[in-house]
Amino acid sequence: MFLALTVIVIGKTQDLLKGAQGKSEELEDHHLDGGNDWNAIGLFVFWIISVVGIVWSFLDARKDFLPEASSIHGRETDFWFWVSMSVLMVAFFVVNTLLFYFPIKYRYRKGKKATFYPHNNKLEVIWTVIPAIVMAGLVFSGLRVWNKVMADAPEDAEVIEIMGKQFGWEVRYPGVDDNKLGDYDYRLIDDAKGNIHGIDFTDPNSFDDFTNSSEMHIPKGKPVLLKIRARDVLHSVFMPHMRVKMDAVPGMPTKFWFVADKSTEDMRLETGNPDFTYEIACTEICGRGHFSMRLRLIVDELEDYEAWKKEQIPLLSLNPEFIEKVPANLRARALKYIETDEMVEVVEVAEELTAE
Amino acid sequence: MSAIVAHSDSHGHEEEHHDLGFIRSYIFSEDHKVIAKQYLISGIIWAVIGGLMSLVFRLQLGFPEMDMSFLKPFLGQWISDQGKLDPNFYLALVTMHGTIMVFFVLTAGLSGTFSNFLIPLQIGARDMASGFMNMLSYWFFFISSIIMFWSIFIETGPAGGSWVIYPPLSALPEANPGSGLGMTLWLVAMALFIVSSLLGGINYVTTVINLRTKGMTFDKLPLTIWAFTFTAILGILSFPVLLSAALLLIFDRSFGTSFYLSDIYINGHALPNQGGSPILFQHLFWFLGHPEVYIVILPALGITSEVIATNSRKPIFGYKAMILSMAGIMFLAFIVWAHHMFMTGMNPFLGSVFMLLTLIIAVPSAVKAFNYITTLWRGNIIFTPAMLFAIGLVSFFVSGGLTGIILGNSALDIQLHDTYFVVAHFHLVMGSAAIFGMVAGVYHWFPKMFGKMMNKSLGYIHFWITFAGVYAVFLPMHYIGIAGFPRRYYSWSGFEIFSTYADLNAFMTVAAILTFAAQLIFIFNFIYSIFWGKKASANPWNSNTLEWTTPIIPGHGNWVGEIPTVYRWPYDYSKPGADSDFIPQNVPFSATPESNLPEENELIAEERAIESIKFDTSIPD
Repeated sequence: MFLALTVIVIGKTQDLLKGAQGKSEELEDHHLDGGNDWNAIGLFVFWIISVVGIVWSFLDARKDFLPEASSIHGRETDFWFWVSMSVLMVAFFVVNTLLFYFPIKYRYRKGKKATFYPHNNKLEVIWTVIPAIVMAGLVFSGLRVWNKVMADAPEDAEVIEIMGKQFGWEVRYPGVDDNKLGDYDYRLIDDAKGNIHGIDFTDPNSFDDFTNSSEMHIPKGKPVLLKIRARDVLHSVFMPHMRVKMDAVPGMPTKFWFVADKSTEDMRLETGNPDFTYEIACTEICGRGHFSMRLRLIVDELEDYEAWKKEQIPLLSLNPEFIEKVPANLRARALKYIETDEMVEVVEVAEELTAE
Repeated sequence: MSAIVAHSDSHGHEEEHHDLGFIRSYIFSEDHKVIAKQYLISGIIWAVIGGLMSLVFRLQLGFPEMDMSFLKPFLGQWISDQGKLDPNFYLALVTMHGTIMVFFVLTAGLSGTFSNFLIPLQIGARDMASGFMNMLSYWFFFISSIIMFWSIFIETGPAGGSWVIYPPLSALPEANPGSGLGMTLWLVAMALFIVSSLLGGINYVTTVINLRTKGMTFDKLPLTIWAFTFTAILGILSFPVLLSAALLLIFDRSFGTSFYLSDIYINGHALPNQGGSPILFQHLFWFLGHPEVYIVILPALGITSEVIATNSRKPIFGYKAMILSMAGIMFLAFIVWAHHMFMTGMNPFLGSVFMLLTLIIAVPSAVKAFNYITTLWRGNIIFTPAMLFAIGLVSFFVSGGLTGIILGNSALDIQLHDTYFVVAHFHLVMGSAAIFGMVAGVYHWFPKMFGKMMNKSLGYIHFWITFAGVYAVFLPMHYIGIAGFPRRYYSWSGFEIFSTYADLNAFMTVAAILTFAAQLIFIFNFIYSIFWGKKASANPWNSNTLEWTTPIIPGHGNWVGEIPTVYRWPYDYSKPGADSDFIPQNVPFSATPESNLPEENELIAEERAIESIKFDTSIPD
């Protein structure tokens, strides 16, 4: 459609060129010739074609817009997006129509004189006040939604930590035993030894924390509070289907809470795509791999989610040598997560040594 | 420079008095008109470079499977043996495109050209307040340009952290090769650029305040001058903040400070920096960055006011409302910066405040758009190429401005922030609109700059392809923005959700190439007309402002003999009772009894007083 439009316009300008060249010598000084009418008509025709093009292209593009939001706040922000868009589209069509109609209506005619109309304070007031009122309406609807979305998370929210790094996401769960995320410190990060998050094992809350680098599971219908951080440069957590976005900033933890109310399975039925999966992307430029920071997001029914959590193995169990970082008085608690007999022995010896 | 004073007293033997030689006349010139042309030509060269860069990354986005080996002679190592564009270089291209277009083309190229050219000519001054500072301003810009240009060719590539250069990415060479020498050169170039911009801006404001001719009170200034003045004030107040942001970044990069750095683990080791805040940089950056978009658009709006009034043969509607709305925009421009930062983890309450202020700025912008349209109403419109571009500007300003109301709403910005919706928005409202203003200005004032007319038919072709092309590129971009496509992505195919719209992206790329090609018509027309264009008359557009009272090619000092005195505002077009459809500013009311309004008849008594004012209009050394 737009190609056609371009072709038409180019074709038209060529006509216009011929017209212009033919006559331009006669009326040089007042720069007027057939080209003036052609341009006036052109602007209006351009607008008519554009209206058709905009409507058609919108209808055509719409099928690939995001599906209905999968979060409660997302449907609300979407609603206000389309409300605002509709209001603004009215302004868009009215203003542009006038802008492209006046040229054809008031194009130069010999002997005609323009109306000397330098100001009209009443008009100025009208078109100051009307946009101001419309803006006020949009501002207050926006403020209300914004304050709701940004309000503190409910007490019972499921806390999940997501950390951006070059180039991927690391997810950490507070674990099923204490349901609390352990402390972290960036100076404890050690990729070589497996402590990607910089988890502080002197904090007993960290013992049952488990992590994941390939997918994030969240429960359906329960508030989820994302604790967001970054360990190298800025990143930004973007869950397009959830209408969730928040920057991840090194040195400044951020957060975002929301309720996902459509499970991955629900979406597979809704979209008719058996392979449908939610995705998390990065929306703050972070270097070469910015475009590849994909993480799968899986929304489970609450009971499936709880079951999934129980199956996960704490980081401490996967890396028993972290026990060395645990202070002596907490070793007994930490040992619960270390299953191999060999390690238990090592720990016991160590404890005896420190006791002596 | 006392030669000028001498010649204005000694009945205008202008030529023999100041033959300055080639270098002082054309290279290290202190003449505002020559400096304006230097800025214009530099701006055009930068626009071509910035435009070509955008074509390369548009090719990558539109045709991701494409074999780009044909670019290897130009881009060398950045094209792999398989003919693929290097992802780091992709980011560098995006970064340099933004930097070049925003600063080198639309700040230096636009303000530098038209503020320099038009301020002395339209207020009735012999030159800028300080010709020497003006020359320095251009040459600082030139050195800055050389450094920025050089950075494109270094081995690690130019800066690649996007034009906003957010640390820590821009502070850590380990994070991105472009953050090494490329970033250093970027910062040095920008520091020099800021010096240039300040030298220019201070000069513009001083000139407007001090060097207006007899009778040229502020309420008789053309809107172009108002726009340039507001722009210069914006620049003077906000560029130093960018300089400080850049200096602190230089400290963090080179001297181990921690203004912006904290808690960073990179390349297998933890950095010692603690306590800094990357958000601090964003606040400082956007304190310039937001006024910067008005620095870009206000001069374009000023030019449009002049072009639309002249070619509608009507006074600009709501002259005072236009000035007030520009003043409002200028003031508000300083207190909306954090709407670029809704999603940075900034306190949500701050978000609410900035959302409120941001949506207020839409009101004066709307007033301006309505005033332009009312100026067209019942006009007698002549479609010069400048007029067409001015109408195009108003359309872009409206279309792109409206989506700004969505983005300024923090609740809706959650989803749209850093998606292509933002890219579409600002390319229309700020990028394309400002470029259209610049092009309109070139078509309109080319006769005064070079004494020749540009070819009108080529101008029409240029307009139609560019106008349709810009909409064809940026209108569909809203759709992929609504679909959530993030900015600054080398490729989308890694995500299921972003794997749609391949055809639309290809379409936008083709449209971008055609649009760029149309600019070559303009450049051809520009160069051809300088040498072989039709000779211009003194006032080819029958315009009212003072620059058209100068000789066809104004010499050093602009007017031969005395500078004209100004009696009326610049928009007496189609005044009832007058024979001609325009009455220049230097025509006294006493000469036009047939068209005077009652209050203007009273002003006749004051004409003698105005004429007897004695200004020292010499150019100070």
